[in-house]
Amino acid sequence: MQIIYSDLLCIGAGLAGERVAVEAAKAGFDVICLSIVPPRRSHSSAAQGGMQAALGNAIMGDGDSPDIHFADTVKGSDWGCDQEVARIFADTAPIVMREVAHWGVPWNRVEAGVHTYYKGGKPFEAEEKRDKHGLIHARAFGGTAKWRTCYTADGTGRSVLNTLDSMCLRYEVGIHDRTQAEALIHDGENCLGAIVRCLKTGELKAYLATATLIATGGYGRIYRATTNAVICDGGGQIAALDTGLVPMGNMEAIQFHPTGTVPTDILVTEGCRGDGGTLLDVNEYRFMPDYEPEKAELASRDVVSRRMQEHIRKGLGVQSPYGDHLWLDIRHLGEKHITTKLREVYDICTNFLGVNPIHDLIPVRPTQHYSMGGIRTNKDGAAYGLKGLFSAGEAACWDMHGFNRLGGNSLAETVVAGRYVGKKIVEFLQGHTVDFKQSAINDAHTKVAARILEMSKGSSKQESAIQLRDEMHSTMMDNVGIFRNGKDLQTAVDKLEELLDRSKNIKLQGSAIGFNPEISLALRIPGMLKLAQCTAYGALMRTESRGAHTREDFPERNDKKWLNRTLAYWKEGETRPELKYEDASPYFEIPPGERGYGGGKIITADIPEEKLRLPKNSADAKKTKKTKKAS
Amino acid sequence: MSRRLHIEVFRYNPLDPNSQPHMQSFYVEEYDSMTLFIALNIIRDEQDPTLQFDFCCRAGICGSCGMVINGRPGLACHTQTRDLPDHIVLHPLPVFKLIGDLSVDTGTWFRDAGQRIEAWVHNDHDDFDPQAEEVRMENDLANDIFELDRCIECGCCVSACGTARMREDFLGATSIARIARFYLDPRDERNQENYYQVIGNDQGVFGCMGLLGCEDVCPKHIPLQDQLGIMRRMLAIHSVKGILPKRVLEKLQHKGCCHESH
Repeated sequence: MQIIYSDLLCIGAGLAGERVAVEAAKAGFDVICLSIVPPRRSHSSAAQGGMQAALGNAIMGDGDSPDIHFADTVKGSDWGCDQEVARIFADTAPIVMREVAHWGVPWNRVEAGVHTYYKGGKPFEAEEKRDKHGLIHARAFGGTAKWRTCYTADGTGRSVLNTLDSMCLRYEVGIHDRTQAEALIHDGENCLGAIVRCLKTGELKAYLATATLIATGGYGRIYRATTNAVICDGGGQIAALDTGLVPMGNMEAIQFHPTGTVPTDILVTEGCRGDGGTLLDVNEYRFMPDYEPEKAELASRDVVSRRMQEHIRKGLGVQSPYGDHLWLDIRHLGEKHITTKLREVYDICTNFLGVNPIHDLIPVRPTQHYSMGGIRTNKDGAAYGLKGLFSAGEAACWDMHGFNRLGGNSLAETVVAGRYVGKKIVEFLQGHTVDFKQSAINDAHTKVAARILEMSKGSSKQESAIQLRDEMHSTMMDNVGIFRNGKDLQTAVDKLEELLDRSKNIKLQGSAIGFNPEISLALRIPGMLKLAQCTAYGALMRTESRGAHTREDFPERNDKKWLNRTLAYWKEGETRPELKYEDASPYFEIPPGERGYGGGKIITADIPEEKLRLPKNSADAKKTKKTKKAS
Repeated sequence: MSRRLHIEVFRYNPLDPNSQPHMQSFYVEEYDSMTLFIALNIIRDEQDPTLQFDFCCRAGICGSCGMVINGRPGLACHTQTRDLPDHIVLHPLPVFKLIGDLSVDTGTWFRDAGQRIEAWVHNDHDDFDPQAEEVRMENDLANDIFELDRCIECGCCVSACGTARMREDFLGATSIARIARFYLDPRDERNQENYYQVIGNDQGVFGCMGLLGCEDVCPKHIPLQDQLGIMRRMLAIHSVKGILPKRVLEKLQHKGCCHESH
């Protein structure tokens, strides 16, 4: 078996992976990025809208500050986030936007003078300031007090990813594309790298590294209807969970985006609503202000998705062969705006839906979009349970999003966490050596090789990976959606347990020398079933409603009992995860309260006095104070 | 209304000594809003699990699924079957190394091209001051740069290029648009001579025969033709700098972009 060494192994080469890679490569370390696809095809490239950072250049973002961004993020999370992490994020985001501008991102800029903008379908005029001319502009996104989302038309992910990839080229980061990490190599205490399958030849190789980063994005493909790319199958989370040592955080926290298109489930950006688009029902009536008088279409995503579903349940959806949907209306924004600032939306509508959004309404409904949960890390991005293992971006539960993330906060997280965690990894590499144990390499390799051999031979039971995938999809779609209840969740948990058991008997239907695409799916299915079970079981046990996790049988947000984070461990051979819980946040700079949208009852907690203060001696707290003074 | 589609697919597994390149026929019932993404997945799920092809975003954004569709390079994911006859013939993109069936290695090709043209902003990257305001830029210029940054590296333009089919080392319209992006960008400190060194040759702008297949097939409608013209003019003028009078040169020379009238 070929063995490849590096100082840092980044599994995943989207925005988070490449940003970390650049940080370590700039510090002189040898870095390799693994990626299922060429890095520029990573799902980060599909992010349209933008990145939130409190630059306050746009007139509609005037007076913005990291404090306000922090407050929006905490409210958005329904107080489920780690406030220390959310604070680090809000404070650093403006610096990171400027840094990627320095490296080449063509952010849209402020143009001084009077402009016509739209809010809730109605035009208004605002004058951009002369002294801000040429600085980074921002657009509106949901759940924010200010216009704060930096953007490059509606190709923000594409442009930032191109820039970071160019920096990887510049700093000679090794890119090994068409590779899939199948298992982590570890000795019970230290992560030593990964066993990797080459997707050109099917060969298994060992990648050994002093530090390993998982930045493989989300696991939306456990659902049938998802906006996620086909590669978002949770490969990174599965590798971590399979060690039995590393827990997943808040897997039940799944975001449904209000505007997945029908029938293709392709996303159209929140920028549509941010720029003034509205949601209409079967009577072409704008219904969101009735539910959310203040924020309307621009409440947080969990709230808008819930309200849409509620409205459809009242029989006010538009019937179609693909199920009921609602309309997104951006016609009033006009041809120029739609074909420049919302060009990708225009392309998607015309190419995939046969709809011209300049003249027609766009069919939309809430669709699985984002995983707030993932590999639980501390604030430095270090995974719980294994030394030398880190995670960043959507793959991780860092955890700045809690139970709902704001639009524009995840794309920003990739580069903000990438930079922050990257610096922590550099510190780790500078003071750390590791012993690559041959036995650990062999163990990991044997496990993967044995699985491939087993499924090639097949057992008498002969399960098909495709059949298991389809049944998992149906289970998740029917029982673990926007509105959840104990009965459905129990059904899901039981079914997923059965599917996991059956997945031991997967038999390949065909055979091929070299790379066989069927093996990719067959290897992934048992792990995906485990992630689905962590989601369903976590949701069953959490008897409250918080953010995107909505229990019809427990409608209150219960801070008394559930102001915490679920940690799901999976010991080898077990049929279900073991759930543990930890405090949602080490302290509450903003004590739990009303979000100001979404409604709902809160059962309040008795939080000890010392947890409602910033810790006195923390370096971050000092930094926070300084920032406050400056702003 | 429903048609039975005859989908003929190129099959070859270079790693299998017994595999011979050949065409294989599959039949699929067409339904509403069917794309080649859906059709190929049905074939793989139900008829042949070993069929190799690449999809990722399935939304026309990532560039994974370039292939030759009835003789013309394009993205399979945003190709609706209703726009095609009921006999559909699929080949892998030429020029790129074949991985198997419809799957080709575009990643290595584009990375190699990026290295050759040094596709990054050339400035002192360590010169970044975290406390300082960002350097200002006109919004129109930002839009012009983004226009060229929209390339998804699907490889369709390279496959449709006569020169690329004849000479392996041709950089293609995509690389020239990519370098034009840096030429437009004031943050990049390279001068005309630097650019001349990289693309002022037969592997670069002077290799183009002007057939413009690239422009015809680009799924993102990037102004490849204009960029070729602009870069070629810039470099041609640069090469006669010592010969033509300064006044004439100044008149001819200006940075152009797609929005400019020529």
